[in-house]
Amino acid sequence: MDFDDTPDEAAFRAEAVSWLEKNAELKKPGEKTAGGLERDDPDTIAAAKAWQARKADAGWACITWPKEYGGRGGTSIQNVIWGQEEGRYAVPPNMFMIGLGMAGPTLMAHATPEQQKRWLPKMIRGEEIWCQLFSEPAAGSDLANLRTSAVRDGDDWIVNGQKIWTSGAHYCDWGIVVTRTDPAVRKHAGLTYFVVDMKSPGVACRPIKQISGGANFNEVFFNDARIPDTQRISEVGNGWAVAITTLMNERSSIGGGGVGGGVGFRDLLDLASSVELDGRPAIEDGAIQEKMADYYVRQKGLQFTSNRALTALSRGETPGPGGSIGKLVAAKMRQEMAALAMELQGEVGGLLDTQLTADEAGWQQAYLWAPGMRIAGGTDEIMRNIIAERVLRLPPEPRIDKEVAFREIPTG
Amino acid sequence: MNFDFSEEQKLLQKASRDFLEANCTLARVREIFESDLPYDEALWKGAAEMGWQGAALPESVGGAGFGYLELALVAEEVGRAIAAIPFAPSVYLATEALLLADDAAINARYLPGLASGDCIGTFALAERVGQSGGSNVETALSRGKLTGRKVAVPYGDVADIAVVVAKQQGKVVPVLVELTGAGIKRHAVESFDPAVSQATIEFEAAPAKRLGKLAEGQGLIEDVRDRAAILLAFEQLGSAQRCLDIGIEFARQRYAFGRPIASFQAIKHKLADMFTAVELARSNCYYGAWALSTNSEELPVAACLARISASEAFQFCAEENLQIHGGVGFTWEYDCHLFLRRAMLQGSMLGTARDWKRALIRRLATSSVE
Ligand SMILES: Cc1cc2nc3c(=O)[nH]c(=O)nc-3n(C[C@H](O)[C@H](O)[C@H](O)COP(=O)(O)OP(=O)(O)OC[C@H]3O[C@@H](n4cnc5c(N)ncnc54)[C@H](O)[C@@H]3O)c2cc1C
Repeated sequence: MDFDDTPDEAAFRAEAVSWLEKNAELKKPGEKTAGGLERDDPDTIAAAKAWQARKADAGWACITWPKEYGGRGGTSIQNVIWGQEEGRYAVPPNMFMIGLGMAGPTLMAHATPEQQKRWLPKMIRGEEIWCQLFSEPAAGSDLANLRTSAVRDGDDWIVNGQKIWTSGAHYCDWGIVVTRTDPAVRKHAGLTYFVVDMKSPGVACRPIKQISGGANFNEVFFNDARIPDTQRISEVGNGWAVAITTLMNERSSIGGGGVGGGVGFRDLLDLASSVELDGRPAIEDGAIQEKMADYYVRQKGLQFTSNRALTALSRGETPGPGGSIGKLVAAKMRQEMAALAMELQGEVGGLLDTQLTADEAGWQQAYLWAPGMRIAGGTDEIMRNIIAERVLRLPPEPRIDKEVAFREIPTG
Repeated sequence: MNFDFSEEQKLLQKASRDFLEANCTLARVREIFESDLPYDEALWKGAAEMGWQGAALPESVGGAGFGYLELALVAEEVGRAIAAIPFAPSVYLATEALLLADDAAINARYLPGLASGDCIGTFALAERVGQSGGSNVETALSRGKLTGRKVAVPYGDVADIAVVVAKQQGKVVPVLVELTGAGIKRHAVESFDPAVSQATIEFEAAPAKRLGKLAEGQGLIEDVRDRAAILLAFEQLGSAQRCLDIGIEFARQRYAFGRPIASFQAIKHKLADMFTAVELARSNCYYGAWALSTNSEELPVAACLARISASEAFQFCAEENLQIHGGVGFTWEYDCHLFLRRAMLQGSMLGTARDWKRALIRRLATSSVE
């Protein structure tokens, strides 16, 4: 048992490092990479596109994609190794996660060869950016409850409705969208999946301001927007199956949204060492020690859980169910750590001023992001349901909404 | 046993709630939150007309002549409304400090203004990150002049007077300063809850006067903080209860999987836990109010109980109310974060729950409270 690369993995790592050394600068100590969600100004987007194109030319853009689609044909563990190495360099944020991580694999699995030819090459090179139009005001945890409608009209579909929480919709070129094409059948059966041109008439974005003050997400309104039938992915009524393919690929992009604040365990340790409780460093206080120890134990537990998953990947196996605990543990812990850090700052903890607070108000920012992490990509409660029902295979909740026609389901 | 407020007191509470529902909607709080206005001036005046600032003050200085039980209930309602007014620093802290110091000249000069709301008071302790008690302050009083810098002073940008924790001849003392006078520089800084303005205040030989006797300063400050902690706990209690009420209402009307989310056990248990926290806090707060109104020897312990349970209940209810809302709870547009921010801000005032826990154990060791 060890953490070492296999000889093949080591060779791959060396090759990656040798390319990166020639093409990018190492990060300076302490330099942080902004998540693509936190920075989306035109300059950053241009830089991100240029970097993506450079990687694509050298075969590093999509490690796991098959060669026929322009990928490297590599393994999942190679993808992880690439990510580790690239992460050490000062490169632009990755704004292509939804395209490469979710839309691309979905198109590979369900789209026609013509559709694939139209979208995949530009996706890989970062020439076109993609967003995901799934969630709606009345369809979050219960995604299949979505009601954005698509009605056939000659060679087009006419789309009406509202999506929400669409990251990047304001600068994206294409979106993957699930619509309801038949409200008379069961909720999961009446859905159809499309690719939509975000710049087409009848598609409008409105930014959503989060509690943290930024506006990184959007509401997207469809008002008689037309989508050509040639942009339908898979059969009419097969949208849920296609959406599931997308969601199965979502795992890799969750958490990539930036956790806010740019602070971590070491910063908390430093803070606890620098402030006093009753005239002694707070870190010498038993209660603080217990909390800090708990966080570290949890954090390392998650890290080693992910090492176990990587090992499975390295062996070409499917990772075990342990991975589903990651977000549940991490999000709540983040909230607790940020709250403790604010508490340690005493009355100054109640400020957002970057000069007076510790870590330039990083913990206050982290505290304002944490609630979003407990909700995004499956709420705490939904994650527990998944662990209970899919991992532990406990009996499911009785469902009243699955077998009836969509339009008959109670909506309150 | 008669461990409850009287019918009259409950009527006063009802009138307070009615007044705030008419004059301090969440939309109104948001106006202050989103503007540069430091506080809700109209509401502050209205509160004065209701007699709130002087609720516990004698009529001789312009007070309403009620008492602490009445003031506690008003505080609960102010918290329920998360009103954007300097009630806590002015009424629970500055006014209480003057009352305890009991200097006839000072009281004659300032209490009428504090009672009528014409004078806003505040309390300044912190000087840097991580300062919870008063023992290591550097701000100093010498020959009637105050020098130093205080940060995170609630409503410090608009207050007229401040009670400042300072050192004099090596002793910690409360010092009264007029903030509109000479030797004062102050500016607002970004607050975690923009509905509660906060300021940095620099004192450069500002004329100031010690409250109370030199040797009794530390004890006086502790007494003020204990009393204020109980009243602030009532605000936190009111806010926590409101989060619970909002959470219940939202969970009833939000549907997922064809059912109200309130029908999922995960949500029911969460709301039950919130209720439990609020009820424990409520009972402890009532104990605090009793101690305050009777000037009981148990007050120092009662203050800890009220403060700890109300701080924790408010933070828990604010966090979980947002969680019940799902994605919309994370939006600026919904009100969940107004409560979340207030909870963290009030949790940081007057020493955090952890400070009060440590104090509680210390105090229990030396008291005979059962
Ligand atoms: C920061 C952030 C980023 C996001 N990014 C995207 C994105 O890029 N694309 C996208 O499509 N969506 C995105 N979302 C939306 C996200 O997926 C949903 O917000 C989430 O699934 C919850 O759905 P909801 O908001 O409708 O809440 P609801 O589903 O209405 O949930 C409300 C409450 O009910 C609880 N609940 C619901 N069902 C159950 C149940 N069966 N058992 C127990 N409790 C239940 C929930 O846990 C929650 O507490 C994002 C959300 C956030 C906050």
